Amino acid sequence: MYQYNEDDQTLIEERVAQFRRQTERFLKGEISDDQFRALRLMNGVYIQTHSPMLRIAGPYGLLSSKQFRKLAHIAREYDKGYCHFTTRQNIQFNWPQLERIPDILEELASVQMHAIQTSGNCLRNTTSDHLAGVCTDELEDPRPYCEIIRQWTTLHPEFAYLPRKFKIAVSGAKLDRAATQFHDIGLHLVKNDAGEIGFQVLVGGGLGRTPIIGQVIRPYLEKKHLLSYLEAILRIYNLYGRRDNKYKARIKILVKETGLEKFTQLVEKEWQLIKDKLELSAERIEAIKTQFTPPAYDSNAAEDTSFAQHQQENQAFATWVKHNTLHHKVPGYRITFLSLKAPDSPPGDMTDTQLDAVADLADQYSFGLIRSTHRQNLVFADVRQVELFSLWQKLDALKLATPNIGTVTDIICCPGLDFCSLANAGSIGIAKEINEALDDMDYIHDIGDVKINMSGCMNGCAHQSVGHIGILGVDKKGVEWYQLTLGGSSENEAAIGERLGPAVAKDQVAKVVTTILDVYVKQRLDDESFLDMVKRVGITPFKEEVYADN
Amino acid sequence: MQIIKDKQIIDDSWSYISDDAELKAGDISVSPARWNKDKQQLLHHDGKVGVRLEPSDSVDDIAEDLKEIELIELNFPAFADGRAFSHAWLLRNRYQYTGEIRATGHYMPDQVFYLSRVGINAFNLEKTEDLPVALSTLSDFTVSYQKSTN
Ligand code: HEM
Ligand code: SF4
Repeated sequence: MYQYNEDDQTLIEERVAQFRRQTERFLKGEISDDQFRALRLMNGVYIQTHSPMLRIAGPYGLLSSKQFRKLAHIAREYDKGYCHFTTRQNIQFNWPQLERIPDILEELASVQMHAIQTSGNCLRNTTSDHLAGVCTDELEDPRPYCEIIRQWTTLHPEFAYLPRKFKIAVSGAKLDRAATQFHDIGLHLVKNDAGEIGFQVLVGGGLGRTPIIGQVIRPYLEKKHLLSYLEAILRIYNLYGRRDNKYKARIKILVKETGLEKFTQLVEKEWQLIKDKLELSAERIEAIKTQFTPPAYDSNAAEDTSFAQHQQENQAFATWVKHNTLHHKVPGYRITFLSLKAPDSPPGDMTDTQLDAVADLADQYSFGLIRSTHRQNLVFADVRQVELFSLWQKLDALKLATPNIGTVTDIICCPGLDFCSLANAGSIGIAKEINEALDDMDYIHDIGDVKINMSGCMNGCAHQSVGHIGILGVDKKGVEWYQLTLGGSSENEAAIGERLGPAVAKDQVAKVVTTILDVYVKQRLDDESFLDMVKRVGITPFKEEVYADN
Repeated sequence: MQIIKDKQIIDDSWSYISDDAELKAGDISVSPARWNKDKQQLLHHDGKVGVRLEPSDSVDDIAEDLKEIELIELNFPAFADGRAFSHAWLLRNRYQYTGEIRATGHYMPDQVFYLSRVGINAFNLEKTEDLPVALSTLSDFTVSYQKSTN
């Protein structure tokens, strides 16, 4: 994990001091609401339905046990005892007081954390594959490049007042787990014909109210040109992106309106003029890479036999292993998911007690590191198989072992009406109803890989348009209604879901979901997945069943 | 009228002449359109001449004349319009402009640090009482991650 040097530390401390002064001036009436809004957003502070909300950066999802303990402390001392993990690998607090946010930021700085550029029209937290460095399908670990980009984006003076927010995701694996095709810039580590590793660069993807799949702007970029190419794209966007209409201000609209070819020419022309001055040296890359070297794995880890035995003897454990753990590239280790989707708690939420306990478990079982995932769960990346049984028992006691990773109850869900002032409809309550309707784990496992994503409004914080089943809250004359889509995906074969039909009433949503699943179970071929079946048959069979009564 | 220039609060003598107003003696700035239209007259102006760019103007349009232009104002119609940041960067890095670049219009003292990093060296603020805050923000950070113009 990247450790701050003196300059990194100075920078975040100076940032806290700056925001403290700004907050004081605002509270004395010296900064207008409008101006302070821009300043606080760039420090992660939203004003929500009940109180401010603070979004803290989880750099490409990687956190330490020490940082988790700090989050627990903040949840206890400054909030109502819990926090929320987001789809962008960040952490949100829903109840801090504005006056105390500078103190929270100071606490965070003491453990190398910050909230810089977690919202606002600027370069946001770079996200990545939550299995980086440990999965079996990876060309190269993307995290060193994420860190290089994190540094470059942090307090970038030229790109702090962009037309709209700007998100970058990096992936180094065959399977795209970072939704890179739905980011303003997506970077994929790829090999060229000469066998060298560089980046494929995608641009103009995004979700929100106009979901668009990113397009390749450069099939291969040498690593040394990473930052100059990003700078060229950002300069063109900053100069030409639309500022007259905030719904047309994302780079995806600029790319669409300019045309990919012309847009590419503009970027390439700009890039030619700067590329030699901004080279990333091989030494710099190597220096950052040394901060992401693999931990000291036990070379005898695979010799253990108790793991297989426990699975034979304990069905619940075996089920959990099957659903919540994955192959690790090192024999004898498993990648282990901590499900933040227990049926009775809001998706992605964690209490202070859980945070502290997870910190201790991370120290004991996984080299003190924790990752947050795009689907609002956590990962212990490096657990020895011999220890999985005891880890499972402890996670189970903490309600973090629901064996539902990748299943229909592993729902991505935004805060909706419960917290968000932009919401049209509730989402947390619906997630709970779906959970109640699907309380049979065997059935859930039989259904297999179904991703439900649910947002309380068009902004699409929960990526509903790329959910296998997408649920979107809409407002009809002050009443909450829900629009469903089927067949979306944010993985390699990216797709935007198709509308099922007219929006349904709130008390019907859970029933509609179970109806859709029933259609799948009845009509699937052998081991066909839900998504494959939707692709094969289209939405009609689902539609007929769901709207059968009308 | 006071402004910040090169980290000092100083008195300022410049005035902006809108396109429909008569030119007047003294240090004046004009729009790029006016500059191009009245260039001959402006080159013999009694006083210094500058050009004021709006965010929608292109730096390229005055690139050839930069030697004759003693001040470039980058105007902010709204503080959230960040195009001037790239304009300043282009002027300093691409066109090696060494004259004064001044931010004018509706921007926040809190933006002065970033503005200075992209090469703006003079600040005409909306409210003169903000001058001390703006000046102090120039030392908000002692470290930075990226090269810009400084
Ligand atoms: C409760 C306070 C929140 C507010 C006010 C809020 C606001 C917004 C808005 C206005 C957008 C649309 C921006 C656009 O289309 O350009 C957006 C997008 C987004 N938000 Fe939130 N959000 C909140 C919470 C969350 C949470 C809890 C998550 C994660 C679970 C989240 C993740 C996202 C993501 C991933 C996008 C994606 C957009 C994209 O790529 O276009 N937000 N949010
Ligand atoms: S999708 Fe809408 S309701 Fe949900 S958090 Fe985002 S802005 Fe709020």
